[in-house]
Amino acid sequence: MSTARHSAARSIAAHGVLILYTVIALFPVFVIVVNSFKSRRAIFADPLALPTAETFDMVGYQTVLKQGDFLLYFQNSMVVTVASLFFVLLFGAMAAFALSEYRFRGNLLMGLYLALGIMIPIRLGTVAILQIMVASGLVNTLTALILVYTAQGLPLAVFILSEFMRGVSDDLKNAGRIDGLSEYTIFFRLVLPLVRPAMATVAVFTMIPIWNDLWFPLILAPSEATKTITLGSQVFIGQFVTNWNAVLAALGLAIVPVLILYLIFSRQLIRGITAGAVK
Amino acid sequence: MAQRKPFRWHIAVFLAPALLVYTAIMIVPLIGTLNLSLFNLTEAGGRVFVGLKNFATLFGDPRWSESFWNALGNNGWFFLVHMLVQNPVGVMLAALLSSPRLRMAAFYRTAIFIPTILSFVIVGFVWKLILSPIWGIAPGMLDAVGLKALFAPWLGKEEYALTTLALISVWQFVGIPMMLIYAALLSIPDEVIEAAEMDGVTGWSQFWKIKLPLILPSIGIISILTFVGNFNAFDLIYVSQGALAGPNFSTDILGTFLYRTFFGFQLQLGDPHMGATIATAMFGIILVGVCFYLFAIQTRLRRYQF
Repeated sequence: MSTARHSAARSIAAHGVLILYTVIALFPVFVIVVNSFKSRRAIFADPLALPTAETFDMVGYQTVLKQGDFLLYFQNSMVVTVASLFFVLLFGAMAAFALSEYRFRGNLLMGLYLALGIMIPIRLGTVAILQIMVASGLVNTLTALILVYTAQGLPLAVFILSEFMRGVSDDLKNAGRIDGLSEYTIFFRLVLPLVRPAMATVAVFTMIPIWNDLWFPLILAPSEATKTITLGSQVFIGQFVTNWNAVLAALGLAIVPVLILYLIFSRQLIRGITAGAVK
Repeated sequence: MAQRKPFRWHIAVFLAPALLVYTAIMIVPLIGTLNLSLFNLTEAGGRVFVGLKNFATLFGDPRWSESFWNALGNNGWFFLVHMLVQNPVGVMLAALLSSPRLRMAAFYRTAIFIPTILSFVIVGFVWKLILSPIWGIAPGMLDAVGLKALFAPWLGKEEYALTTLALISVWQFVGIPMMLIYAALLSIPDEVIEAAEMDGVTGWSQFWKIKLPLILPSIGIISILTFVGNFNAFDLIYVSQGALAGPNFSTDILGTFLYRTFFGFQLQLGDPHMGATIATAMFGIILVGVCFYLFAIQTRLRRYQF
């Protein structure tokens, strides 16, 4: 009896702490979303109030959409993120398969070489990357960003995926070999579908820093045609710093896509990390 | 041994794309940066090998060294705040989340992770709004509970700005330690927990005596990821305080110092050689930190296999 009450009290305390932290985590997002739907006067009068029929105003969103470029920025971000994600997952999985499946000379060394990138951030090579991109004429192209992000995402992808691929049953692969499947078919048809949770984990951890990166777009592709949404909203805030409706609406719009992508992958996320390298 | 195995082409095919991109875009530029830091321009404008002279300038010449040590010290404090606040809070949240039969765990987990997926632009701007003394949600809220006297324009005061930014960054990234520790706690086998319960170890003492030792390796990994991340931080400071890392350089960290030096700002011209020198110094600091972790800490961590 007393233990039951004790555990009920404990669970209430746990919920209390978690709710408190959830409020702290979501409060700023709430502030942005709520105020982006209010008229200018209402934003200043009472920043915490919900928009009412009187104070409801879409003028911020109208300004942003009239600006027009945001659609292009959004498209750029999408292209860069999806393409980099595709290459990181494909190349990373291939390399991880080679490292975990075959025993060959230099296997361990190769693994260490690829893992080096987890510890050393690619930003420190910026000086030389910029020179390479200038030399190859890739400055102000999305290709430059995709290349950089692919290289940046690969080390962690290879590391996590190869841990997972060691867990794929050998019997299954050998059965495939006896049936005459080529090594490529075994990889694409047997192994890849089995490591889906790991792919989702890698996807989330790769995607977030790419979508939100300010450094490389600022340095490698600052032109109007290649701005990403992160850089675009940073510049926009600079220009419209007094037009709060517009700024808040732009920020609100920038949250939505990455939130949707996260919700798509997040169901796989915990399953992915639990079985992964970091346990 | 008469017949050698044929060369297995598929291994090369599997490895080649990753290896190629990684080497060309990451390793070669890193080596390039290290190399560039050994050169400088002559008065005539030609490039000349100067050995370690750039480093002597960076560490010794008061015009450079003052900024450098200031940035390094700030960066150290930035890291310390993360270690003292972010990781314990992350562990606590994960421990609460992983308590058995907790309802709505998935909701909490998702909600607490949301700041992590927001871009620095959003984070920097919204916190500036909240803490702003003019629009100020923070002064209003403190006023409501009668603590208005505690309010100060935290981002604008030299003595508070860096700590405030570090706490904002903690707010943003606490989801990562929470997620990783949560996964580690979930992977502790039920038998271990049951055995502890049979012996009467429950609640707090179960956490401290059974679970914490089992998740120490994960905490180690998180610490080193935090270290690498913090010594590369740039975006949050840049979007909220600008490249000058005001007020009066009190929030200047190595990332912003590198950016200013390499690309120049206002009247100062960019200097690729000194920029590369700073990048190399950062590379050295991170390498020392990682090696310290690998050799001094990781080897002492005890790992358990289930």
